[in-house]
Amino acid sequence: MSSSAKPKCWRDTPHATITWGGGAREVRTGLWRSMRPTLDADKCVSCLRCWLQCPDDSILTDEDAKVRGIDLFFCKGCGVCERLCPTRAISMHPEADFEDISAEGRNPGEAGDYIGS
Amino acid sequence: MRTYPPRGGTRGKQVITLAPEAGKHKVMTSGNLAFAEAMRQINPDVAAAYPITPSTEIPVRFAEFVANGEVDTEYVAVESEHSAITACVGASVAGARVMTASSANGVALMHEIFPIAAAFRAPIVFGLVNRSLGAPVNIHCDHSDSMPERDSGWVQIYCEDAQEVYDTALLAVRLAEHEDVLTPVFVCQDGFITSHCHEAVEFLGDSAAKAFVGERAARYPLLDVENPVSYGSFVPSEYYFEIKRNQLEGMNNVPRVYEALSRELSALTGREYPMLESYRADDAEYLIVVMSSAAGVVKDVTDELRERGVKAGCLRVRCFRPFPADALRLASRGKKAVAVLDRSAGIGGTAPLAAEVKSALYDMDERPAVREYIFGLGGRDFYPSDARGVFERLMSDRDKPGARFIGLIEGENEDDGR
Amino acid sequence: MTGVNINIKELTRKKSPLTAGHRMCPGCGAPSAFRQAFMGVDDPVVIVGATGCFEVSTTVYPFSAWNAPFMHTAFENAGAAVSGLCAAYKALRRKGLANERIKFAAFGGDGGTYDIGLQALSGALERGHDFTYICYNNQGYMNTGAQRSGATPRHASATTSPAGSVIPGKLERPKNLTEIAAAHNIPYVAQTTLHDPMDLIRKVKRAVETPGSAFVNILTPCPLFWKIDPADQVTICKLAADSKFWPVYEVCDGKYSISYTPKNPVPVEAFLRAQGRYAHLFQNNGEHEALIAQAQSEAEEEWEKLRRRERETA
Repeated sequence: MSSSAKPKCWRDTPHATITWGGGAREVRTGLWRSMRPTLDADKCVSCLRCWLQCPDDSILTDEDAKVRGIDLFFCKGCGVCERLCPTRAISMHPEADFEDISAEGRNPGEAGDYIGS
Repeated sequence: MRTYPPRGGTRGKQVITLAPEAGKHKVMTSGNLAFAEAMRQINPDVAAAYPITPSTEIPVRFAEFVANGEVDTEYVAVESEHSAITACVGASVAGARVMTASSANGVALMHEIFPIAAAFRAPIVFGLVNRSLGAPVNIHCDHSDSMPERDSGWVQIYCEDAQEVYDTALLAVRLAEHEDVLTPVFVCQDGFITSHCHEAVEFLGDSAAKAFVGERAARYPLLDVENPVSYGSFVPSEYYFEIKRNQLEGMNNVPRVYEALSRELSALTGREYPMLESYRADDAEYLIVVMSSAAGVVKDVTDELRERGVKAGCLRVRCFRPFPADALRLASRGKKAVAVLDRSAGIGGTAPLAAEVKSALYDMDERPAVREYIFGLGGRDFYPSDARGVFERLMSDRDKPGARFIGLIEGENEDDGR
Repeated sequence: MTGVNINIKELTRKKSPLTAGHRMCPGCGAPSAFRQAFMGVDDPVVIVGATGCFEVSTTVYPFSAWNAPFMHTAFENAGAAVSGLCAAYKALRRKGLANERIKFAAFGGDGGTYDIGLQALSGALERGHDFTYICYNNQGYMNTGAQRSGATPRHASATTSPAGSVIPGKLERPKNLTEIAAAHNIPYVAQTTLHDPMDLIRKVKRAVETPGSAFVNILTPCPLFWKIDPADQVTICKLAADSKFWPVYEVCDGKYSISYTPKNPVPVEAFLRAQGRYAHLFQNNGEHEALIAQAQSEAEEEWEKLRRRERETA
């Protein structure tokens, strides 16, 4: 059972205030963005400074530790990556410049998020 | 104050005759030492405790057991009571069996953490040696330390004597850890009166005690790194109410589980303790409702009055949380008057035991009169003359509703008002 | 710090106990610090958090950002809670009920560590439980809106010591908690910031791998209340280290060693000027020049103390 599902009755709530680990991965913190980073793959040398620093673990890497892109589901647009990048491979742009991708994920606190589900 | 009358026997307590069991032995000991002995037999995984009069003897005696290798317990000599209860919660949530003890201001310092322990369903067993809460600072007995914790979500059991303390400590482990309960338990005893005075106490043999308490089977232990859980999240209003209601069910299940465990233990010990002890109350006309050691005095006076043809009786509330409202209602049917003796004041409101009694009796078609008395604050002794006086006041019906004091030096006519 | 070889590429393959999806502010220093902190830890960890931004924002029910066992009880008692966990681990391990090698970490902000949590921390360090305490120090009670703490620097504006027309911010000198921890004679104490990920990773790795108690004090910026651009998370920490405002050092079994000596030190003023919480020091035509000078001399004084200890314990 998804830990974020609304219980049908109090008896269904998990024991002892617990919640299961890693449930935060359902939360689309990417909705917070007002600036979005883009990656120029030609300039990127995979120094991994951005990956090391990202507060939201939103620098995507592959099995060879090469930077592949930004995890837009979580990225909050703080701009730390752009500031750190030694080759200017990352640049920040207004979020409004982009088309939206999908509406997956939770945004707890948003009207209708829990009440209706 | 005598808890065992010269005639002998366990007055008011059901006695079952058993075959002698290896290891069972009787010693002269005190409530504190009896609790410590129970701890030794239980051999908890962790004990985190801090000294405070009059419970100090418990962590001190237990530390001796630790130092002499008589237990396997990890003993955490914490730097305050708040840290004591916190360490107990941490250890309990990790999956360990945990015990501790404290009194008075130490209990007060733990206040913040008690509801957390209960919400985490941490089955901690706690020796609460009742002592007055400062100020003024006083080391003697009253119930002002445990009463503020009545809404903490913990079970509260008040023991009349050292024997009961020992038996209850064993029972409490099973009760707290029962999968339908999973609620921490206060095993209360009167400071100095019970904790320090020596009386005859029968201990079970080590193997019988250990077999009774068994091993803990923890749910969602924090040391399970394969299945990580988070305890103590920040819970918004959409989720809080159901989580709390879920917790309350543990307390609701106590009476049923208590009864079954009590029977199981009494088969070993020959002693049984109902949640509400009824002493000559069935056909009584006048009842005193009281808790802890003072009940012994009341029972003495009950016997004395019965000899004179007065239909006196005593109800000793042993389990204060959950409160045995049904049993109390049943036992109060047809009585002329009931006096409630509280060993703590309800400042600005009704004293705790009186409030529970009146609440329990409220919905009866015919209610007895209820009279409220506050006694024994700061360890003020409670004499047979005091108990006699209460019965006399009930019989003469001279008191109007409202709390009065027993054993307080008051001015003339002060006793007629609030 | 010598001797510890960390392969950054391999780090990218490790699964962190901290997931994305937490609710810390964009650019907050704390999640960056903790991501780095766990990168060097190979064993499974059980984590205790004191109340504060990081604890609340990583455990908004039911969306926990912890992929490791986690417990929060209250604000002032992370030290005591982890003590209980460590004791339980020892006891259950002896019974054969906890066989894996598990590491224990407790964290708190400066609020839950310097101030309300100091007693519990001190008790835990004195008893020497085998755990690591990480303080993420943003120099104020940020979760309740930037009230001053015992870690708030002199002259910073905080909401209970605001810069007003009569009083220019916090007047008191902050306590030195890293030295207080070292005074407990625990085997490992470290102070660092976000100036260099390798430094942080190595320090926490060493802290966790050292048997006994370890304490790491990490200066982490709060962009909201330090009043900086979130993107300057690392820049501001570099200024803190380069100005010697926040020395980076460790104490291993009582031996002091400064980990970072700036090649081109900058004046403390550069660090202060970069943050809005000190803006009042730079207004009113140099009225507060003396305070800036005092900040500089105090930083130099602390640095000299450290160098002296380094020489004495060499």
